[in-house]
Amino acid sequence: MSALATEFTVAPTLPKWAAPVLVLIIAYGVVPFVGTSYLFEAILLPFLALSLAGLGLNILTGYAGQLSLGSAAFMAAGAFAAYNFNLRVEGLPLVGSIILSGLVAAGIGIVFGLPSLRLRGFYLAVSTLAAQFFVQWALTKFSWFSNNSSSGVIDAPTLSIGGIVFSGAAGRYLFSLTIVTVITFLAYRLVISQTGRNFIAVRDNETAARIIGVPVLRTKLLAFAISSFIIGVAGVLWAFAYLRTVEPAGFNLDRSFQILFIIIIGGLASIRGAFFGAALIVVFPLVLARLGSFLLGDIFDSGVLDMSQRIVLGALIILFLILEPDGLVSLWDRIRRRLGSALRLTRR
Amino acid sequence: MSMANYAFEVSQTSAYAPEILEGLSSAERRDDAASAPVRDESDLSTGLALEDINLSFGGVVALAGVDLSIKAGEIRAIIGPNGAGKSSLINVISGVYRPERGHVVLNGVRYAQVPTQKLAHLGVARTFQNLALFKGLSVLDNVVAGRAHTVRSSFAGQIVGTPLSRRERRDSYDRAIQILDFLHLGGVRDRLAGTLPYGLQKRVELARALVAEPRLLLLDEPMAGMTATEKSEMASFIRAARDRFGMTVVLIEHDVGVVMELSDRIAVLDYGLKIADATPAEIRSDQRVIDAYLGVVSENEDGGGI
Ligand SMILES: Nc1ncnc2c1ncn2[C@@H]1O[C@H](COP(=O)(O)OP(=O)(O)OP(=O)(O)O)[C@@H](O)[C@H]1O
Ligand SMILES: [Mg+2]
Repeated sequence: MSALATEFTVAPTLPKWAAPVLVLIIAYGVVPFVGTSYLFEAILLPFLALSLAGLGLNILTGYAGQLSLGSAAFMAAGAFAAYNFNLRVEGLPLVGSIILSGLVAAGIGIVFGLPSLRLRGFYLAVSTLAAQFFVQWALTKFSWFSNNSSSGVIDAPTLSIGGIVFSGAAGRYLFSLTIVTVITFLAYRLVISQTGRNFIAVRDNETAARIIGVPVLRTKLLAFAISSFIIGVAGVLWAFAYLRTVEPAGFNLDRSFQILFIIIIGGLASIRGAFFGAALIVVFPLVLARLGSFLLGDIFDSGVLDMSQRIVLGALIILFLILEPDGLVSLWDRIRRRLGSALRLTRR
Repeated sequence: MSMANYAFEVSQTSAYAPEILEGLSSAERRDDAASAPVRDESDLSTGLALEDINLSFGGVVALAGVDLSIKAGEIRAIIGPNGAGKSSLINVISGVYRPERGHVVLNGVRYAQVPTQKLAHLGVARTFQNLALFKGLSVLDNVVAGRAHTVRSSFAGQIVGTPLSRRERRDSYDRAIQILDFLHLGGVRDRLAGTLPYGLQKRVELARALVAEPRLLLLDEPMAGMTATEKSEMASFIRAARDRFGMTVVLIEHDVGVVMELSDRIAVLDYGLKIADATPAEIRSDQRVIDAYLGVVSENEDGGGI
């Protein structure tokens, strides 16, 4: 206990909001002015969309303990719903389409969350696969969703909030950043509320939760709804801000797994975890490609790259599960504490 | 006994720590009273009754025709050898198990199966033989979670921080802190529950049950695995909680010394049958009980199972 106490006192004494505020100042005040279009297009835009999707899944899986492999389906539902609201509802502002599309994804999330009232763990994960296959099938099968476009690929609309148009790579970055910031703040408020406590209670001991009066069924469905809402909006950002097209193909099972890996690597039941994990997942293939072509030259073509990516990522996930089950976030906190105490010692 | 209950009803909101409530303005005190659950005024002299409870698990008879009547405000111990059906009895009372025959009478209402999700509203709280804390929550949050049944605000209200949600939040935290101090757990408030030593986790479970302000408290081996000092400490907490809040207590415990000292009456189970139900002095001299249980007590120190 005394060891724990000293660990706490050694931790930096800055207030809790200092780090996020600092990150926001840099993200809004510095990055848009110094970032290259490569930085926005290849790194920051996918990072923001995937972080938001990871955040959504973390609420369901990390906090409420309900394993899901249907994330990409909810992203697809969000993206296509936003596209159709935007296309078919005259005069609806983009923010309105985004909120409505989140609600559509939430509705689908509730439907596919119903098995969670009976199933858990592995069996629940398998049943969420139904969402994955059903949504992708419906979007490919009924061309109405893609406005009968022959290729099934459609262009995303211009991005604007309250009359301000966000054009260019930097503009789309600011648009995504704003939405991610707002939702992250609301998600933070949620997880520290009684509802967030209920999520963890249901995850850690369902019987005890029921006995103290947590409405277990309602809590599970609420977790599915909120999580799917956030993942749906992430899908809108992915399609509208990052890819600039809306197509079902990008929202396949691989994407669902990618989002699950993001929260496993980043840290389950942690808001920051989604961001840490997404950063690693986005940056790591780029680093690997550079490193590979530097070390091996021409042998390292796209096929080898893809293969080595999968192998290294798989190894990373196993390593994390064994060595650091609480993810990058706890690794980061430990390093920070070590640095803090080292600093303190040298100062003395 | 009815006097004690009357006092409990009246002083519900301030029972836990009147000294803290004195600091609150009268307006806030009115709010508290308004948000407190309305309680059934019916037959309060019987805290709990079981009628002919039968339960078996694929041929293993856990409970066979058990009748039990417990007066409000009483501490009733349930003892018996391992596998006698003690935990099953508590699981029936809390609705975790549905008996094959028989009824549970709570607040004058007969249930074939007690609705577990309404248990807290019925004024019943319990602890578990095997720890059932929320490992990922701090000690304080575990105890705050014990107020879950009183929450009226929606998740959206909690996110934006409506006055109702803020009041509920402050109220739950205040009560949780009072209970933690009452059980001398203030020092470990911010630790993750799962990281505490076993004995302290047991005490946190008691805190989580007490914070709900139950009228009936079910304790399944709250002192298992504790040292003698910890046991006597826990016994004094249980007695203090009963005296202060006037609740009925059903206590499963293997340590006969503790049981004799703490309980008003003792029921003895053996192979699912109730073989005795009397005062501690009578139990001590009951030949059947000595044969079935007291004679072999030292082998039953650590219980397994649910
Ligand atoms: N969920 C269950 N499934 C199958 N059998 C059960 C279950 N719960 C209890 N039993 C059986 O019912 C009988 C009574 O068990 P119970 O847990 O009520 O005993 P107990 O008196 O609490 O014992 P202990 O002192 O070991 O805790 C035992 O034979 C046990 O194996
Ligand atoms: Mg037992």
